[in-house]
Amino acid sequence: MSALAITAGFADPVIEAQAHFHSLMNALARPGTVHAFPAAVDAPAPLTPELAALALTLVDHEATLWLDATLAGSKPVLDYLRFHTGARIVADPAEAAFALVADAGAMPRLAEFGQGTDEYPDRSTTIVIAVAALATSGGLELTGPGIEARASLGVEPWPGDFVSQLAANRAQFPRGVDLVLVAAGQVAALPRTTHVSEV
Amino acid sequence: MSAVAAPQASGYNFAYLDEQTKRMIRRAILKGIAIPGYQVPFASREMPMPYGWGTGGVQVTAAIIGPADVLKVIDQGSDDTTNAVSIRKFFAKTAGVATTTETKDATIIQTRHRIPERQLTEKQTIVFQVPIPEPLRFLEPRETETRKLHALADYGLMHVKLYEDISRHGHIATTYDYPVEVADRYVMNPSPTPKFDNPKMHMSPALQLFGAGREKRIYAVPPFTKVRSLDFEDHPFEVQRFDKPCALCAATNVYLDEVVLDDRGGRMFVCSDSDYCEERRADGHRGELSGEAPHLVGGAA
Repeated sequence: MSALAITAGFADPVIEAQAHFHSLMNALARPGTVHAFPAAVDAPAPLTPELAALALTLVDHEATLWLDATLAGSKPVLDYLRFHTGARIVADPAEAAFALVADAGAMPRLAEFGQGTDEYPDRSTTIVIAVAALATSGGLELTGPGIEARASLGVEPWPGDFVSQLAANRAQFPRGVDLVLVAAGQVAALPRTTHVSEV
Repeated sequence: MSAVAAPQASGYNFAYLDEQTKRMIRRAILKGIAIPGYQVPFASREMPMPYGWGTGGVQVTAAIIGPADVLKVIDQGSDDTTNAVSIRKFFAKTAGVATTTETKDATIIQTRHRIPERQLTEKQTIVFQVPIPEPLRFLEPRETETRKLHALADYGLMHVKLYEDISRHGHIATTYDYPVEVADRYVMNPSPTPKFDNPKMHMSPALQLFGAGREKRIYAVPPFTKVRSLDFEDHPFEVQRFDKPCALCAATNVYLDEVVLDDRGGRMFVCSDSDYCEERRADGHRGELSGEAPHLVGGAA
């Protein structure tokens, strides 16, 4: 493989982007549900196919992208994302519209990402975290908009102080970040409105 | 009528919009869902129909629709009016998706000014066409100021407006576009649906998306979200009541349209939701006028 070779994105960009968006939209609208995220793309490691599929679905020259140290240290990953999305890759997480995180254990605190303003809370970062496993039952109990009574979510691995960070994130509503969690072939989401507690 | 699929016309991208536009709209929809009731600015495009004809709703639908979706479009509850027929044909042509008039078969329902009478499900998304998304606009014309009022959750102006209704008319005279508070935070315009439909938005199992094309705003109410119509303790929120049931299907507790029958004061009240009325007539329900002119009002049933 030559140094310039860039692997493929979606085979059918229109239909696949819609399918991935559909799953993500429903995941965000219904926290605690896990949706199919097929991500049939040939992404260069350490970029997981799901992180790549999310970037291909939503990121372009109008949306800035922040990468964690694991991803930003890989030239094939940078080349892949630059070629397929045309996004500006920023060093400051507060400037990012989307942040891709391959190593959840080493990510910055949620408060370091873009929080939006009181007048424009939409100008905040959507953080996409690759995790090992997602399940509709597990150690997290969720309440809030999108959930009829309460829902459960299992996320593996789950960084130690995430619950307190998410409580602080929730407390500054409408400002705050939204989390998208992707595992092999799956997506779930925790919008800023969700109350998360450990059971 | 069950779902009908049409071949997609060539020369258009799937669902008309280009992919970059769809990404931009999709990003706005996600923010809207994450901040229920907050109006997300978006770069609304020129559509092949005039502003005021549902360009916001059409752009939202175009950004979410996929080949497996079944689309229903209603205008004032009816599947058969010009706006509804045009938009349904637009998506049949540019996306090749199946369309239907039956609420229960649809996965996406685009609507102008009504919510179907039949309870929506978790499998469905309803897209509202919105002319004026800002509930405070007629009270405060400056966008910079309404932004601040939303940021501060300062909705005193709206309560004064409702109070003035009471002092002038003895009751809250607002009958459509009746302001709601979403998830205990943002006051939101439900679009010019009759206030009769406001209770259907509360804890709805369906995702509710709102698109305003001319005003360039998208907002959303996630499923199972609190939606409270603003009111006062001594003047609680009430929906419209009708004296008579539907003249065709005898339904009660539905929203009725007045239809003038002749030039001598004759009139009838019929379901605004045409699919609901047809379904009830197919099930054998008969209203007081359903036998009068079966060739005219009997419908497909």
